[in-house]
Amino acid sequence: MYQILKQIVRTGIRSEAPPATDPELRSIAQQLEAAMLRTLGRALVIRQIDAGSCNGCELEIHMLSNPYYNLEALGIKFAASPKHADMLLITGPVTKNMETALLRAYDCTPAPKLVVAVGDCGAGCGVFGKSYASCGGVAEVIPVDLVVPGCPPTPRALLQGILTAISGV
Amino acid sequence: MRLLDQPLDFARLPGEVAAYGADTDGDGMLAFAKAVKDSGGRFVALWGADQREDAAGYAVHVAFGLAEGLALLTLPLAADAPRYPDLEPLYPAANRPQRATRDLLGIVATGGDPRPWLRHNNWPADFYPLRRDCDASRTFPPQPEDYAFVRVEGEGVHEIPVGPIHAGIIEPGHFRFSIVGEKVLRLEQRLGWTHKGVEKRFEQMTLSDGCRLAGRISGDSTVAYAWAYCLAAESLCATAVPARARWLRALLLERERVANHLGDLGYLGNDAALSFGLSQFMRLKEDWLRTQAQLFGHRALMDCVCPGGVAIDLTAQGAAALVEQCSAIEREVRLLKHIYDEHAGLQDRFLTTGRLAPALAAELSVAGLAGRASSQTWDLRLQNPVSPYAELEVQMASHRAGDVAARVTLRFEELFESLRLINEIVARLPEGALCAPLGAPGRALGLGWIEGWRGDVLVALQVDGDGVIRRCHAHDPSWNIWPALEHAVMGNIVPDFPLINKSFNLSYSGVDL
Ligand code: SF4
Repeated sequence: MYQILKQIVRTGIRSEAPPATDPELRSIAQQLEAAMLRTLGRALVIRQIDAGSCNGCELEIHMLSNPYYNLEALGIKFAASPKHADMLLITGPVTKNMETALLRAYDCTPAPKLVVAVGDCGAGCGVFGKSYASCGGVAEVIPVDLVVPGCPPTPRALLQGILTAISGV
Repeated sequence: MRLLDQPLDFARLPGEVAAYGADTDGDGMLAFAKAVKDSGGRFVALWGADQREDAAGYAVHVAFGLAEGLALLTLPLAADAPRYPDLEPLYPAANRPQRATRDLLGIVATGGDPRPWLRHNNWPADFYPLRRDCDASRTFPPQPEDYAFVRVEGEGVHEIPVGPIHAGIIEPGHFRFSIVGEKVLRLEQRLGWTHKGVEKRFEQMTLSDGCRLAGRISGDSTVAYAWAYCLAAESLCATAVPARARWLRALLLERERVANHLGDLGYLGNDAALSFGLSQFMRLKEDWLRTQAQLFGHRALMDCVCPGGVAIDLTAQGAAALVEQCSAIEREVRLLKHIYDEHAGLQDRFLTTGRLAPALAAELSVAGLAGRASSQTWDLRLQNPVSPYAELEVQMASHRAGDVAARVTLRFEELFESLRLINEIVARLPEGALCAPLGAPGRALGLGWIEGWRGDVLVALQVDGDGVIRRCHAHDPSWNIWPALEHAVMGNIVPDFPLINKSFNLSYSGVDL
């Protein structure tokens, strides 16, 4: 225990200031009202869905929880069930084999059902393209509020996208 | 030449990988497979190809791992009835690759498991995407699937279905647990959810475009895949890669190993309720990735390895930064290892949990990290090294216990060894060119085989006369390890599954393709 406490003290606080929001990232205009944005901004719950990614995007999403980005300190956390989520954070080109599962998760998600498509794959310009096995992007299957491009996007870009999705217009 | 004194004439395949190829028929393949098994070798991979354009019907390729290297058997199959004997009775690990080959090409293992694997009823049963004349841009409406899971009967037995979407931030798969009380009697996996048609996508790409795709088959192993792919491409084109590029590739591969081990060690602590471990290791991993972004332009090292060499370089200043970072990380990880080792709660969760016994690991052809934690001492960096590994004298770690604790300890040991290797590579890095132009590709089969952080990644590549890829099969080590996980959880309690699963940390995308 002593070693653990010593290491915690020695490590100190590494959290960095979050990035500024960027309305340019939006696919569609902000549809949430100011009152809701104020509430959400303090307590956003995200359900992440891998709809056929290479796992590269997931690895960077994981990094959001490290002490540098410290997502939870911003009031944002990941939930296990889409029923508890305000936002779906979706990676991958949406494989045909995941299409039905994604649609079901989307149906279960309560309003406001924000959808953020992550990575070049999610954005529809990824390496896997469109075929018998791949729908070719999240927007091919469900409506998308905001896209975070990159292969994979950096944690900072992801954070900026998430914060933009819950920022005022 | 003869391998294992079998009546097959093997020819050394071109390129750096110690690989030997022979054509044979079904009986010849079975006899050789048995000889491999008796000699302590292992099944590595199985895949098919459509060769009807050359009036050569179909082919199935079976790769075995031997002390000498890779033995690759090719069975020509008739165009009207492409069948070959079921290998599963000898090698249980052949089950899934055989089913995938049937789904994609319509090549059948006679008497094999008839259930589909990659096909989830979202395209028709007679639509074989890897047949050369198949129009892969066709799409079909998704259909519900009734997959025949094996049922466990008995009083008090019930099933827990999990997935495809899992509770955490991980790749999709379906796990069907049969349990009594808290105890797992049986686990059956159903994968294939992330099948995105990678192999079909390769066709029509040029050799250089294909590298970008290969580096995205499993995002956590981009260096291993890109290097294996490039080895295959370079062997096809008889291209000699400059020495500096070869050493830089090894530097990148060892950095990829360290990055993954740092992340896994954090999550393994977390899954056993020590969130301190996660914060600490993820902080170190972030430092590690930031250095990669700074020096090599990409946090995960994607597109740093390219056909003919590397797309990055290392300055003297960068080299100094790497050495300094290695010693900083080593200091911190030694301290964290001490904390993990002394933490009674953690060790209680790790020890004897999720045990994969050595004999079973051998039976299932398990290699890689999971194999070495169960006495399967395969490591290509030692046994079949490509340059510069022959000059590096990698120290292999291995354990007998095969439990979560062994896989944790192995990660610590391999991490320290990789840090040592990075230092050595930086110190001995040759001067010279970074990339050589690819020569004109030949029509033979090119092979690449690289020991990634999870295990051996195999890439087999063929091109057409105009330099366009005709067939590319990339084989993830997870193919053989996933079935071992089904065994390792038996008798454990359901709440230990996430910990056991994490201790293997297998790729979904890499096997779904
Ligand atoms: S965007 Fe890139 S990193 Fe993300 S899933 Fe696609 S290929 Fe992988």
